[in-house]
Amino acid sequence: MIKHKIHILVCGGTGCKSSNSDLLVSTLRNELIENGLDKEVQVVLTGCFGFCEQGPIVKVLPDNIFYVGVKPDDAHEIIAEHIIKGRKVQRLLYVDPKTKERIQDAKGMNFYKKQLRIALRNCGFIDPESIDESIARDGYAALAKVLTELTPAETVQIVKQSGLRGRGGGGFSTGLKWEITAKSQADQKYVVCNADEGDPGAFMDRSILEGDPHTVIEAMAINGYCTGADKGLVYIRAEYPLAIERLKIAIKQAREYGLLGQDIFGTGFNFDIDLRYGAGAFVCGEETALIHSMEGERGEPTFKPPFPSEEGYLGKPTNVNNVETYANIPPIILQGAEWFSSIGTEKSKGTKVFALAGKVNNVGLVEVPMGTTLREVIFEIGGGIKGNKKFKAVQTGGPSGGCLTEKHLDIPIDYDNLIACGSMMGSGGMIIVDEDDCMVSMAKYYLDFTVEESCGKCSPCRIGNKRLYEILETITKGKGTVEDLDRLRNLSEVIKDTSLCGLGQTSPNPVLSTLDNFLDEYEAHVKDHKCPAGQCRDLMTYWIEPENCVGCTACARVCPVSAISGERKEVHIIDAALCIKCGACLEKCKFNAVYVS
Amino acid sequence: MTKVKTLADLKKLREELQKKIHVRESGDHPESTVQVKVAMATCGIASGAKDVMVFLMEELEKRGIDSVVTQTGCMGYCYAEPTIEVTLPGHEPLVFGFVDKKKADEIIEKYIKNGELVDGIIPITYQSINENQEEGQQ
Repeated sequence: MIKHKIHILVCGGTGCKSSNSDLLVSTLRNELIENGLDKEVQVVLTGCFGFCEQGPIVKVLPDNIFYVGVKPDDAHEIIAEHIIKGRKVQRLLYVDPKTKERIQDAKGMNFYKKQLRIALRNCGFIDPESIDESIARDGYAALAKVLTELTPAETVQIVKQSGLRGRGGGGFSTGLKWEITAKSQADQKYVVCNADEGDPGAFMDRSILEGDPHTVIEAMAINGYCTGADKGLVYIRAEYPLAIERLKIAIKQAREYGLLGQDIFGTGFNFDIDLRYGAGAFVCGEETALIHSMEGERGEPTFKPPFPSEEGYLGKPTNVNNVETYANIPPIILQGAEWFSSIGTEKSKGTKVFALAGKVNNVGLVEVPMGTTLREVIFEIGGGIKGNKKFKAVQTGGPSGGCLTEKHLDIPIDYDNLIACGSMMGSGGMIIVDEDDCMVSMAKYYLDFTVEESCGKCSPCRIGNKRLYEILETITKGKGTVEDLDRLRNLSEVIKDTSLCGLGQTSPNPVLSTLDNFLDEYEAHVKDHKCPAGQCRDLMTYWIEPENCVGCTACARVCPVSAISGERKEVHIIDAALCIKCGACLEKCKFNAVYVS
Repeated sequence: MTKVKTLADLKKLREELQKKIHVRESGDHPESTVQVKVAMATCGIASGAKDVMVFLMEELEKRGIDSVVTQTGCMGYCYAEPTIEVTLPGHEPLVFGFVDKKKADEIIEKYIKNGELVDGIIPITYQSINENQEEGQQ
C-alpha cells in the first residue's frame, strides 16, 4: 500500500491552467522521480483556490505552506529546498500587501478567502432533511434566546441596530419594517417569507431553502414574536419542487419537536407556518402582488401606501421579508448587532449572496462581505472569464438592474454604490458578459422578459415596454435609425416615472444602462448597421475568401438553402440574398475560407 | 418524539446531537466510520448527484467499508457538480468536484481505502461563521 507522507496540491483551476500549471505538475512529478521521492510525495491537481490573481497556487501538506505565482522553473527549488531539506522557499510565499510581510503562519491562510458565509453557513454542511443536524449547528437557539431572554421590542432593536437591509432587492431596513409591523394595531398579523425568486439566473433563495430550511422557519418565528403574529406563510413558486419538499419536511419536524405550534419553549408563544404556491410570475415578487396572489386574487400590485406592514394579507398587518434576509436573522440574534454591523460598508452591513453565472469560469453561489469589489468576485472567486476572453460587462439586479463595465470593477459592492453606478443590488443575480455578447441584444433579452412578465395593470408598463422591445428589435435587425436612440431614452424615462410598481419603474434600466455604457454599440447598429460583437444575425454577412477556397464543395453541400454555388475545385460564392446566416458553412469549412462580417 | 419544551431541553438536545453528528450516527465503530456527504440541491441532482449517491451507498457497502452517506444542500461549486465531501476517520473533510461514477470509484479505491489523494479536490474558498466548519478544512 502506498502511503504518501507529503502532498503537493497544485491549483488546476482555469485561471492557473492558463498560467501553465499543467507543466508545473509534470515538472514537479519529474523532479520527484529524479530524486526517488515519488513513493513518498504525491502531486495532486485541485480545483480553483479562488486566488487566481496570484496563481498558479501550490499548497504543501501537511506543512500547510502556501506558495503563490509558482512557475514550472520553481519546481526544482520547491523539491530541493522544501521537500528534501524542509526549508520553506521564502520568495514564493505570499506577501501581505499591507504589512509587506511574507505570510508564514498556516493558520493565517484564511487571508485569501474572500468569502464569508453567514446566510449560507449551513448550506452544503448539514442534511437539510434532518432537524437534528440543524439543532446541532445552533438551529432554533436564537428563537429560544428571544423567547426566554428578550422582549419583542428588544429583539426588534437588535435587528434594527445590526443594519440589516432587505436582501430581496429594495434594501429597506429590515428592523424598521419589523418595527412598523409591530406597532400596527390589529387582532391578527402575518409573517410572510417571499420565496418568489424570479430574476433570470438567480438561485440564492432556492439554495438556502434546499440547504437549510430550518433557518428560515426559525427566523419567521422570531419575526412572529417581534410583531405579534402567530401565523407564517411562505410564498414559494411551484417550480421549486425540491425546495418545497424540504421545507415541508422541515415544518413537519419542527412541529414534532414543538418548535412550531402552541406554547413554544413553554413561553405561551404560538406560531405555525403554511405554504402558499405561486405560479412563477415575476411580478409576484413585488410584495403587494405577492399578497394578492396569496389571497387568491390576480397577482397584480396595488399602490403603496398602505404598506403591507400596516395593511397586508387579508387586510391585516403583514411583514414580508425575503429568504436570504431571514437566513441572516438567527446569527444576528446569537452573535449580536455589533458583530453584524462590523461587517460590510457604512450603509450596507453584513454579506450578500450572489449567484455567479454567464461567461465566468467558476459558476456558483458565493457569499461575500458588502464592500467586496466586483473584480474580486469575478476574477478571484469567479476565476475570471471563460476561454480567456475579454470581460465586457456584468449585469446585476436582473431585469430591474443594469450593466456595469470595466470602469466599475473596483467599486465596493453595496446597495448605494450600485445604484450610483446605474444598476442595483437586486436579489443577487450576477451575469458576466464577454466580448462576444452584443449589449443591444442583451437589453432586448431583458425587455422580452419584462414584456412577458408585466401584469398589464398599468399602461406605461404594459404598452411602453412592448414598444421599447420593438424598437430594440428594429435596431438588432439593422433597420434602426439614430432617432430611435432618443426614442428609447425618452420612452424609458416615461415608463420609469409613470409605472405603478417596482417592475415597471425599473424595467427600462437594462436599456438605459447599456445606452449609457455602450452607446458606441448602439451607434454601430443604427449608423453602420453592424453588430460589433457579431451576435445580431441580421447584421452579419457571410462571404468566401477566394484565396483560401479550394473548391471542396463541403460548404455548398451543407448549406440548407442552397445559397452557395461553385464548381468542384473552383472558388465558391455565397448569395447574400439567399443566405439565412445559419453559420453551417463556417463550421464545415476546413480551409478558413468562410468569413463573417 | 420528545418535545423541546424549554431552553434547557434545547441545550441538552444540542449537546447530545453535536456529539452524535460529529461521528454521524457512528454505529459501533465511530473511529472507523467514513463519512460522505453528497451535495443534493437542484443543481447537483440535475448533474447526476442522485446516481452518484446511490452508487456510493451501494459500492461502499459491497466493498465492506464502514461508512455513512448523507445528503446536503448546495456547496456553492456549481461549476464542478456533482460535488461530494469525504471525511476519513481522524482526517479533515475533503471536497471533490466533478464526481461521476468513475470518479467516485477512484475516490473509494484510492482515497477512502488508502488515504491517497486524487485529482479534483476543491479547496475551500470561504470562511464560515461556524467555527467547526472553518477549522474543518485542509
